[in-house]
Amino acid sequence: MRVKYLKLDRIEGPLIVLSGVREAVFGELVDIEVNGSQRKKGKVVQIDRDRVVIQVFESTSGISLGNTSVAFTGHPMTVPLSRDILGRIFNGIGEPIDGAGFYSDKKYDINGRPINPVGRRYPRNYIQTGISAIDGLTTLIRGQKLPIFSGDGLPHNELAAQIVKQAKIAGAREDNFAIVFAAMGIKHDEADFFRKQFELSGVLNKVVMYVNLADDPIVERITTPRCALTAAEYLAFEQDMHILVIMTNMTNYSEALREISSAREEVPSRRGYPGYLYSDLASLYERAGMIKNAEGSITQIPILTMPNDDITHPVPDLTGFITEGQIILSRELFQKNIYPPINVLPSLSRLMKESIGEGYTREDHPDLANQVFSAYSHVQDVRSLAQVIGEDDLSELDKKYLEFGRQFEQKLLNQGFEGNRDVIESLDIMWELLRVLPKEELNRIKPEYIDKYLK
Amino acid sequence: MEKHAGEIIYINGPVVKAENAQGLKMREMVLVGKKRLIGEVISISKDTATIQVYEETSGLSRGEEILSTGSPLSVKLGPGILSNIFDGIERPLLAMYKDGNAFIPEGVGLVSLDEQKQWAVEMVAKEGDYLTAGQVYATIQETSMIRHRLMVPPHLKGKVVFAERSGSYTIEQTLVTLEEEGSRHELKLYQLWPVRQPRPVAKRNPIGKLLVTGQRVIDTFFPLAKGGTAAIPGGFGTGKTITQHQLAKWSDADIIVYIGVGERGNEMTEVLEDFPEIKDPRSGKSIMERTVLIANTSNMPVAAREASIYTGITIAEYFRDMGYHIAIMADSTSRWAEALREISGRLEEMPAEEGFPAYLPSRLAQFYERAGDIETLGGSGGSITVIGAVSPAGGDFTEPVTQNTKRVVSTFLALDKALAYARHYPSINWLRSYSGYVTDLKDWYDENASPEMLELRAKLLRILQEEDKLQEIVKLVGEDILPDDQRLILEISRVIKVGYLQQNAYHADDANVSLAKQYRMLRVIDALYENAIKCVKKGAPMSKVKNDALFYKITTMKYNVPENRQEILEDYIREIRDYYDGLDKTYSKGGARHEG
Ligand SMILES: Nc1ncnc2c1ncn2[C@@H]1O[C@H](COP(=O)(O)OP(=O)(O)OP(=O)(O)O)[C@@H](O)[C@H]1O
Ligand SMILES: [Mg+2]
Repeated sequence: MRVKYLKLDRIEGPLIVLSGVREAVFGELVDIEVNGSQRKKGKVVQIDRDRVVIQVFESTSGISLGNTSVAFTGHPMTVPLSRDILGRIFNGIGEPIDGAGFYSDKKYDINGRPINPVGRRYPRNYIQTGISAIDGLTTLIRGQKLPIFSGDGLPHNELAAQIVKQAKIAGAREDNFAIVFAAMGIKHDEADFFRKQFELSGVLNKVVMYVNLADDPIVERITTPRCALTAAEYLAFEQDMHILVIMTNMTNYSEALREISSAREEVPSRRGYPGYLYSDLASLYERAGMIKNAEGSITQIPILTMPNDDITHPVPDLTGFITEGQIILSRELFQKNIYPPINVLPSLSRLMKESIGEGYTREDHPDLANQVFSAYSHVQDVRSLAQVIGEDDLSELDKKYLEFGRQFEQKLLNQGFEGNRDVIESLDIMWELLRVLPKEELNRIKPEYIDKYLK
Repeated sequence: MEKHAGEIIYINGPVVKAENAQGLKMREMVLVGKKRLIGEVISISKDTATIQVYEETSGLSRGEEILSTGSPLSVKLGPGILSNIFDGIERPLLAMYKDGNAFIPEGVGLVSLDEQKQWAVEMVAKEGDYLTAGQVYATIQETSMIRHRLMVPPHLKGKVVFAERSGSYTIEQTLVTLEEEGSRHELKLYQLWPVRQPRPVAKRNPIGKLLVTGQRVIDTFFPLAKGGTAAIPGGFGTGKTITQHQLAKWSDADIIVYIGVGERGNEMTEVLEDFPEIKDPRSGKSIMERTVLIANTSNMPVAAREASIYTGITIAEYFRDMGYHIAIMADSTSRWAEALREISGRLEEMPAEEGFPAYLPSRLAQFYERAGDIETLGGSGGSITVIGAVSPAGGDFTEPVTQNTKRVVSTFLALDKALAYARHYPSINWLRSYSGYVTDLKDWYDENASPEMLELRAKLLRILQEEDKLQEIVKLVGEDILPDDQRLILEISRVIKVGYLQQNAYHADDANVSLAKQYRMLRVIDALYENAIKCVKKGAPMSKVKNDALFYKITTMKYNVPENRQEILEDYIREIRDYYDGLDKTYSKGGARHEG
């Protein structure tokens, strides 16, 4: 018989404190029963002699000092997994919420274990997304963690859905490709949008969803991505599948972390976020990748909204320091009616350098991308100058750069939600843009490529 | 050795407290709980000790016991370190992977160097010798590049009363016994050293040798010195890691210690996959043979992150004591500082700036102080160059880690987001970066490059500074209105930026450039400027002075002139002279006519 504790000392936001506890294990799962009927789960987050602090999943509403019994389970929080999770919907603590039951005797600790760098395989295969700004300039690699930095009201959901719909993963077949979707604090209509898009793309039976909506308990927002990533690890590393993980919204996730941290009265660092936000986010993002003794891969596309479009806000900032690049959406391009409104200059794919060019996409790709970046960055200078002196007084060369900028946004970026381009097609458009500029300006490209491709 | 020293009463993340712990000493290494997790005592009050635990504490319970080891957190120093990869407290990640588990298991215990491996030892000491600290008693060819010298540990000396014969030994075997005033010391193939204590040296030497890195913007403009210190601050994605990797690959240190402090697992994997394939340009051997990796990736326990830079620098000091030149890279020191902050927060210490503990500046200074060009106890020369990446929150250099680092390092390579966005790599900002070693290195440049090298450096920097001022005007009125001599400054600056400062880490001929070639390239650019300005002064129009084909050729010389054919650059200088002499003639005549 497990000991049940019937009296709490304190209730503080999502935390309960009880004393007189004889045995408690740091990090273990606890079962909580309110009024003899309602069941909740919690986790031991601090032990101080016989005093134990427990973080309650779901919420503490309804809990009083005397109506609750707490039992310690002795093991960490786990999720049951099998291949049958595909097509199913779970909540943030891994319980099915789509009307049917779910059982598997294989249970996995949701915290996972860190991957030994020696056990990793460096990702070297690109995923064609059909989106020129990505395939051409910030190529997505199988096993990469590449977040979308967005702002409120920008079409990040559309972009993520379009990637899911169009992604062609080299080596993935119908039966070994799946999507893990983690929703953290998003609205009902956003969740519905994704479900509908998955349906339209015909992948619904290959999607497993872990959903914590805006009105769901905040503490479960912390476990949602962990359940999802544990499922992804199971599918990728035990079932050899290629997994695309969409996690949205990381800003909501971080706010939940902040709320719990402040309830625990921890010393805050920047903007009230806990000092361990970096390590905590890393414990999620670092679960992307490939390992030596499994065929599968985990590619992560986390989505976050930058409060006030501020990229220096701790959530995008710390994310950028952990992930392998970022795709940044721009309000300015969005207002110009350009879709997808990707601001390519601050966007970056760190893994693309090894996985594009000869033998992967096409030999000219690295130089070409480099040149387009450099030219488009000069366009920004010319535009600010034009604002001061007027377009007419620009030098001939600068006028050409302006034209390049216009064509870049119209021909390359603005391909629409249905636009799906082959990577070679995207590269050819990039060459077409460069034709606007004099040849001497193309000093980042090998002359032989210029001769060959600048037709 | 291990004995019961208390029971756990408190657990909060990596911080654990034990009661009945009177027997523990400050900074002592302890084993925590049934899983014998490794920890270190960080404060003691009455009978309670606070311990930071270097492994995941989930699964620990109250009442589990603490075992005392009696010694401070130490690393084993001996053969088997090179070409290897360790975690933050020197546990071998390669060996941990041996069983095929890609994930790091729990409760690995206290393991470090391979105890089974047989090493071919050549004895130096004989019975009857008298050895003092730092003297070599045996050597081992650890990798084909590096000879490992087994030295009498600091603070020991004595007469050799026993010496093994040369042969094959494992690290736990005794090679030499020393006797001094009646007490005996056995010397094995390794020594233990507490990581937080700098290893002693005979004396410090003044800085005077360039650490040649093969990176133009560094070697020419903001040099690193052997024994010096450098910081590379920059927001995310500005190129800190690539720059550190470039330094690890190409710099002319004998040994590289690369510490991944709270960064990405894939970046360590990349090094493990790439380095064995890269040949050291001097020896022709794989650079992995001179490399040691320490990895505490961002998802590994945070307390071990705090320890990892000490583990790394202690290993560096050990090889330095053998008489080698070491370069150590820590990517990123900000993660180390954050680990310090996290633990400090859990101890409920009074925070100073941005939650960092008040002792952050002194800890940073102590770490960088372990750099230096020195004379070893054994009487040879060695050095440690420390290069730390800094990841300022929000890319803002006024934050505490960047500021406190700036106070203690001499070379500051400021990475710039705007340059990175324009894919100008390395994105080292030439106006905000500096090196305090230029004067110290003057003799070195004079002897090893050319007495003219630093003059050219100063001249090109002046051009770039002038360009920066002119850009302010250009932003308001455009370029066309400027007088021709100023427009030339803009054009030449473009050549310097694209053709010289930008360096592609992924281009075979550009990734690593010798000092000799750097000097020749500088002369080409200087010739271009000097000849062009002469013609501008004679009144030649910009359309002629800025010959597109010639400028293009010089801007791309870095890709077209391989290291082994750098004499071609002399032809470039001739071509420049010929072109402008022709132009000069035309306009000398024209100018004369004009005046007449
Ligand atoms: N010298 C270089 N040559 C070519 N590309 C470079 C160079 N330096 C940086 N880059 C490009 O910039 C990207 C980011 O560089 P890097 O990973 O070194 O940034 P970082 O400053 O370490 O970022 P973080 O702080 O997030 O770790 C690289 O993936 C590469 O594409
Ligand atoms: Mg980095």
